Amino acid sequence: MGRLSFFFNLLEPLFRLAQRLLGTQKVAWLFVAPNLAVFGVFTFLPIIINFFYAATAGVELMPANRPYSGLDNFETLLKCGDYTDLSTCNKDIFWRAVFNTLKFSLLQVGLMVVFALITALVLNRKIIGRGFWRSVYFYPVLLSPVVVALIWKWLLQSQGAFNAGLVAMDMQPIEWLTVSDWAFFWTIFVSIWAHMGFYTLIILAGLQAIPKDLYEAAEMDRASPWRTLRRITLPLLMPNLIVVLVLAAIKAIQVFDEVFVLTGGGPGSATTFIVQFIYQTGFAEQIQLYGLAAAASLTLAAFLVILTLAQLRLSRADEMGKRER
Amino acid sequence: MTFKRLHPIALAAGLALVAGVAQAGEIRVMCYQDGVECDVTAEQAKRFEAQNPGTKVVIDVVPYKTIVEQLPVQLAAGEGPDIARVTNLGGLSQYYMDISANLKDRKYWDANFGATAGWLAPKPNDKGIYGFMSQLTMTGPFVNKTLFEQAKVAMPGPKATWDEWVAATTKVAKATQTKAAMAWDRSGHRFAGPAVSYGAAMFDAKGEPVIDAGYKAAVEKFVGWHKDGTMLREVWAGSGGSTYASSVDEFINGNVVMILAGSWQINNLNKKVGDNFDWAAVPNPCGTNACSGIPGGAAWVALKTSKSPKEVAAFMDFIASEASYTEFTGKTFNIPAHAALAKKGADYAGATPAVSNALKVFSGGVANLAPAAYAFQGYKYNRAIMLPTVTRVTQAIVGEMSTADAVAKISTDMTDAVKEAKK
Amino acid sequence: MAIVKMLTATKGRKRLHWTDVVSYLYLVVGLFVMFAPVLWLVMSSFKTESAIAQFPPTFMPYSQKSVPIEGRTGEFPLYNVPAASGGTQTLAQISRIGIVATMVDPAKPEEKIKVNIKDREPVTELEFAWGNYTDLFGKFTFGKYLWNSVFITVIATLITLLFNSMAAFALSKYRFSGQKAVYLLIIGTLMIPPTIILVPVFLVINEVGLLNSLWGVILPAVATPTGVFLLRQYMLTIPDELIEAARMDHASEWRIYWRIVLPLSAPALAVLAIFSVMWRWNDFLLPLIVLSQNEVFTLQLALNSFQGELNTQWHYLLAMTVITLIPVTLVFAFLQRYITTGIASAGVK
Repeated sequence: MGRLSFFFNLLEPLFRLAQRLLGTQKVAWLFVAPNLAVFGVFTFLPIIINFFYAATAGVELMPANRPYSGLDNFETLLKCGDYTDLSTCNKDIFWRAVFNTLKFSLLQVGLMVVFALITALVLNRKIIGRGFWRSVYFYPVLLSPVVVALIWKWLLQSQGAFNAGLVAMDMQPIEWLTVSDWAFFWTIFVSIWAHMGFYTLIILAGLQAIPKDLYEAAEMDRASPWRTLRRITLPLLMPNLIVVLVLAAIKAIQVFDEVFVLTGGGPGSATTFIVQFIYQTGFAEQIQLYGLAAAASLTLAAFLVILTLAQLRLSRADEMGKRER
Repeated sequence: MTFKRLHPIALAAGLALVAGVAQAGEIRVMCYQDGVECDVTAEQAKRFEAQNPGTKVVIDVVPYKTIVEQLPVQLAAGEGPDIARVTNLGGLSQYYMDISANLKDRKYWDANFGATAGWLAPKPNDKGIYGFMSQLTMTGPFVNKTLFEQAKVAMPGPKATWDEWVAATTKVAKATQTKAAMAWDRSGHRFAGPAVSYGAAMFDAKGEPVIDAGYKAAVEKFVGWHKDGTMLREVWAGSGGSTYASSVDEFINGNVVMILAGSWQINNLNKKVGDNFDWAAVPNPCGTNACSGIPGGAAWVALKTSKSPKEVAAFMDFIASEASYTEFTGKTFNIPAHAALAKKGADYAGATPAVSNALKVFSGGVANLAPAAYAFQGYKYNRAIMLPTVTRVTQAIVGEMSTADAVAKISTDMTDAVKEAKK
Repeated sequence: MAIVKMLTATKGRKRLHWTDVVSYLYLVVGLFVMFAPVLWLVMSSFKTESAIAQFPPTFMPYSQKSVPIEGRTGEFPLYNVPAASGGTQTLAQISRIGIVATMVDPAKPEEKIKVNIKDREPVTELEFAWGNYTDLFGKFTFGKYLWNSVFITVIATLITLLFNSMAAFALSKYRFSGQKAVYLLIIGTLMIPPTIILVPVFLVINEVGLLNSLWGVILPAVATPTGVFLLRQYMLTIPDELIEAARMDHASEWRIYWRIVLPLSAPALAVLAIFSVMWRWNDFLLPLIVLSQNEVFTLQLALNSFQGELNTQWHYLLAMTVITLIPVTLVFAFLQRYITTGIASAGVK
């Protein structure tokens, strides 16, 4: 405690001085400064630099050594001979990554939210040991992506537990992670396994915010559970669900860590998603194409900005909606 | 407490905690090992420190992946160790430091390492000394003799073709219920050997890299062997992009009869296979034009990021000395790149018959190396050929694109990468 | 009261409604799906190298029994071998060449028996390979990786709590021009995931000299928008009168923050602390590009790099994985209530 007081005493004169110079309200700037500074240096500045990288060519890391190339990187990235045949694309792996990511996001988000909703509905009932059950689903959320991937890699490898089960049932073992369709399926499954608990809790909170008297009224009208769900629960939960959907979508589009360790993007490019493409292009390949990686990043960023703005707009609408009610 | 206030504190604390910053008189060596190369060097470093009080040598043992993926980025950022053990000889040459001025006896270096010095030179006809080859390696196959015995199939002879080996190993795999007949390391460098054997010239008349009919033939064969189940799928199909994957683990586990790896795995096999089965190295099978592997090896290179050039040169002199090099070669079961030692013949004390035979096979294979193989190894941007090969061939294997498309893409990826690198 | 009782009872009947049965079933299945993979990992991490290579795998860790033989040094693996007279006998293997193994009966060590390797079956016993764990600290400078992860997690969390609470204070208890913009800017950070600024962040970190330094991973991570958001929401509920009163007593703004607001925000700070520990312990992408020297690797990085190198050495890899997930599991076990309420409160908004 003594050391903390020392720290506290150090800074107090600084703030008193600022107070005198700037007035009480403007001292707020001093409080918010450290956060802003870190954000400025490590987030805002890199975004600006990204534009610079995207507009230059060559393999040098240092911006000073990079020749200007205008929109060349974007052209290389986005140009396709025939957009229906990916092999004609200049950077066909980028396009495959884009389509993979879209496919992944739609499936993963859709399935995960459905499961999260079901789980939240179950958890919302009167059950014994609700706190325990709630945390059961949340445990995988706490695990790091590397750990998650290794757990499943261990289960799915050709001599792993899953194949042991198949052999025990007199079936042929399956190459879970080196057959394209299965590998893709598992990236979705593992991703849902690892993240569902988080969204379950958010939906659960939304469910618990629905006034109980509405359920009572339904009960008294002898409404079936299905009808209650359709007419009361879902409509009132919709704003919360939309927020969950968008949050999950934003996260799904950025999928990288688990998949990278689980399949490495393989087989071929079956589970290569956008962030991995960026990482590969800018870091892992031995001829580093920083400009191309930056161009891909900006393309991704544009998409994410749209999504996040949509989320903000929707949650603001929800707020207004709540006030009106 | 603003960020600006934090910075000097951060640096001081960071420096205290992260011994990654070399102090004066300290040299950091980034080393990867297939067997015990770094361990042997660490012992030598201790002796060097005893002889040179005031100089500290720290050997950082890192995974091969770090050398391949992260060292180049570090160097590009102006950071890095003083010395590193690298395999991308040409690609990293812009970061090498010329130590010839600080060496004790330049003539010794020229006499013993002159033949391969060209592989390290940043520019052609460069007379600087940037390091030396810690070993000479050659790509080549290993076979599981025990499985051949169990299946009662005779092993093909020294001049056998790839097709003959495929036929033999397929029979063996079927008879012994082994997962697959063959596996090649997931590496463009490994692939180049059979490619050259099937007639790939690698370079056109102007010296620019080219993907010709011979290369295409090799790709077609390789993809075909995956489709008919000869090759173990996991090795190439198990990853995306151009990530390296070794086939040696599957071999050690008894999942394949034959692998295409290289002489650097001899020590590894010796240690890990132990008593489980009998293994042997065999000469590179023949294609239509040659029976070639690819030469290579990891080199110790001095890096420009070093702040202690004199100490670096002194340490290099020490580990390049005949005594040290002989010890290194003998303990790691590698083929020496040291001219005098190669002539004398290295003494591999404690080598099992399997190891000595393997070393003999690889050393003997040097005579069969095609000229294209040497040119390929020495080409500065050979990564531009190797990496797209891995990516695209994998895509053909898993059915994402046709073999013809894959070959075309290898060509375009390669030319793009070389163009970009030259900017 | 009666209505509440009715609602909170199991569908108003003494016996279980079918929806209750289905619910419990679903929960049990969920329990299995969520925990069984982790349990399998832990059990497998105790297997010896050879036990891991066994297919099909067993749940409990078994490994091959070895016995000493009279007149020889060392221990020799035991196998069950079909006896000439029918039935099986237990023999110890002395050596193997090709497909023929030389074995002896431990009771009669002079008599050598030749056995085809196809006919032998290993004798196994339950064995927990603690060596997998102890070896890690010797072999792989594991202690170093552990320390790096701990250092980053603890320091980053402390700084996060400080910076975020200061910013939240400014945004909740003050009115100044530009406040809205600052708030939007900070929330806007949510729009910029670290993934898309990989290369420039690397460049910036390099330019400030923090490459291959643990601080290079700590500093960029401390300005979490979620943290500011969470704390701001909570601080809004702190009555303004407390602050006004303090101001009238001529307390400095810093004193108000330090002595009044911060202690009152303890519950929210606790939640943020837990989140921060989880985030920093599990960080992967940024450390991947910032830390490339072996000795500054975090546990996650070490795990990633060794999974490439140690493809055959699953026994070490699994043990490493288990150690990496222990801290978070502990946090989970003891503090799960705070976590779940924390997310709920953030989500409801």
